[in-house]
Amino acid sequence: MIEVRELFKSFGPVAAVAGVSFTAQDGQITGLLGPNGAGKTTTLRMLYTLMRPDRGSIRVDGIDAALDPMGVRRRLGVLPDARGLYKRLTARENIAYFARLQGLDEAQAQARTAALIGALDMSALADRRTEGFSQGERVKTALARALVHDPGNVVLDEPTNGLDVMATRSLRAMLRGLRAEGRCVLMSTHLMQEVAVLCDRIVVIAQGRVVADGTPDALREQAQQANLEEAFMKIIGAATEAAP
Amino acid sequence: MSVLPSLGAARIVFFKECRESLRDRRVLLNALVLGPLLTPLLVLAMIHLIVGRELEKAEKPLPVVVIGAEYAPNLVAALRQQGMEPRPAIADPELAVREQRADLVLRIDARFAQDWDAGRPAQVEILYDSSRQEEQSSTQRLQGMIENYTRRTGALRLLARGLSPALGAPVIIAPRDQATPQARGALIMGMLPYFLTLTALLGGMWLAIDATAGERERQSIEPLLINPVARYQILLGKHLATALFSMASLALGLLAFVAVGHLLPDAAGLGTVIGLRFLLVSLPVMAPLVLLISIAQLWLASFARSFREAQTYLGLAQLVPLVPAFWLMFAPMRPQLWMSAIPLFSQQLTILRLLRGEPVGTLAIGIGAAATLAGTALLFWLALRVYRAERAAIAG
Repeated sequence: MIEVRELFKSFGPVAAVAGVSFTAQDGQITGLLGPNGAGKTTTLRMLYTLMRPDRGSIRVDGIDAALDPMGVRRRLGVLPDARGLYKRLTARENIAYFARLQGLDEAQAQARTAALIGALDMSALADRRTEGFSQGERVKTALARALVHDPGNVVLDEPTNGLDVMATRSLRAMLRGLRAEGRCVLMSTHLMQEVAVLCDRIVVIAQGRVVADGTPDALREQAQQANLEEAFMKIIGAATEAAP
Repeated sequence: MSVLPSLGAARIVFFKECRESLRDRRVLLNALVLGPLLTPLLVLAMIHLIVGRELEKAEKPLPVVVIGAEYAPNLVAALRQQGMEPRPAIADPELAVREQRADLVLRIDARFAQDWDAGRPAQVEILYDSSRQEEQSSTQRLQGMIENYTRRTGALRLLARGLSPALGAPVIIAPRDQATPQARGALIMGMLPYFLTLTALLGGMWLAIDATAGERERQSIEPLLINPVARYQILLGKHLATALFSMASLALGLLAFVAVGHLLPDAAGLGTVIGLRFLLVSLPVMAPLVLLISIAQLWLASFARSFREAQTYLGLAQLVPLVPAFWLMFAPMRPQLWMSAIPLFSQQLTILRLLRGEPVGTLAIGIGAAATLAGTALLFWLALRVYRAERAAIAG
């Protein structure tokens, strides 16, 4: 479970995140929805302790990120916006490297890596160097790398970016699989259809603030729109007008 | 669970960096082939150039334009015997020398025979251009030939008058060069300490760039830093991997150099110095410097956003070791013990002493090693600060 309370983060005069609070429950997919530049990536970066918030608190499975960042990192599997691989290593070696860095011993790392390669249907490309991988193959490898230590919470920053239709469908299946295993899945996206088909709960962010938080149905109701996209536009629009 | 991962993390990063680099043809070529061969080949070329030229000059006929040869046939004949090759006279010899159409001109005055017969000093002029470095030894050679002739004739004249030729030479100089063959060789080798430093620099350079700016450029730094591993562990792993490649490059370079040492012409007097002992002493002497150089490269490269940018920084940094090298070569001074506390200078001085066959002080080496390791620690801390900064983790 991920709990975020009153997060603030400024870069110089620019307030990137100005009071974000939400909770992502286990066994649910929570979507962080917002236009580009709304503060989604910054929020996630603070969540996986790459950045320190100016104010506010983050708890993952009850562990305070400010007090025990390493403990938080062990409980998170992260697919960041940057998903670079080591191109002279094979997919298997890329995944196993992160397994070792997560503290698994060599035997555990190899076993977990092999299991994920099977689960993500990557056997054909596992022992190829990642140089020349397609976007879909890259994301699969990066996802396997993020899940290698069997984390209870999975954070994904724009996971479908750059994926074709087939790869997107297979990624959605993977995320539903993670939810079925009882994990807490938190993903950011700027795509309406993404949250509509996947998310149990939607947190809408605009200009660094949470402007709506609820199930897709609740959001439609809040905006009094039957169409989720219309609801989204209305909520974002209202937030933008309200801003000084 | 909580202690184990952080303990082994540096080792894991180290092995991964080594494995990845061993698969990179560019790294292999630079660290294990080009870098190590650079020093021996440069030195070989230098020695061939210098020694070859000196030998050639000492034995080769010396072409000299002679003006007024007809006034002193005996002098010209004596000079010819010593190796001068008279060339026909030319018009306006001053201009010819200035315009480099003639290298060296000997002008014999029309009154030469007259003065000679009267027992007065007879004058000859040598026209040359002292700004032309390569002509200096020719000028000296010609002067020497004429002086030889003068001395011989003077002695004969004294004898003819029944006097001892010793009267004409109140003082004689007997030059005794105390330079050992080793020291003479080391003169040519003044640049070797720099070349060795350069080999170490080249050996680790690609890995240092790949592990920092390269990691940022291909956007793998953010996922890497999200792992529950302290940043100093990651930096330490990268540091040790860079140092290993640098050290391997240096060791191979020294080996190649020892091999080349046996092929050198004896005139350089180096075959005796560059042996196994040189290798076994210089490697541990250079080891702390390799650590310092590696972390300096990682630190510099961590400021760069891209591979190319890092290459520019590190390329410029290669000039830094030239400073102590030039100091040692061109500023004649007696090195004091405290100077051994200057990293880079200390190691280059020790290598130079080894090459000159001088005693190498253990204390000086120890001070140098301690100072260099302290510098390494400082740079490690500086690099860690860059690594800990929030922006370090974010690519692009």
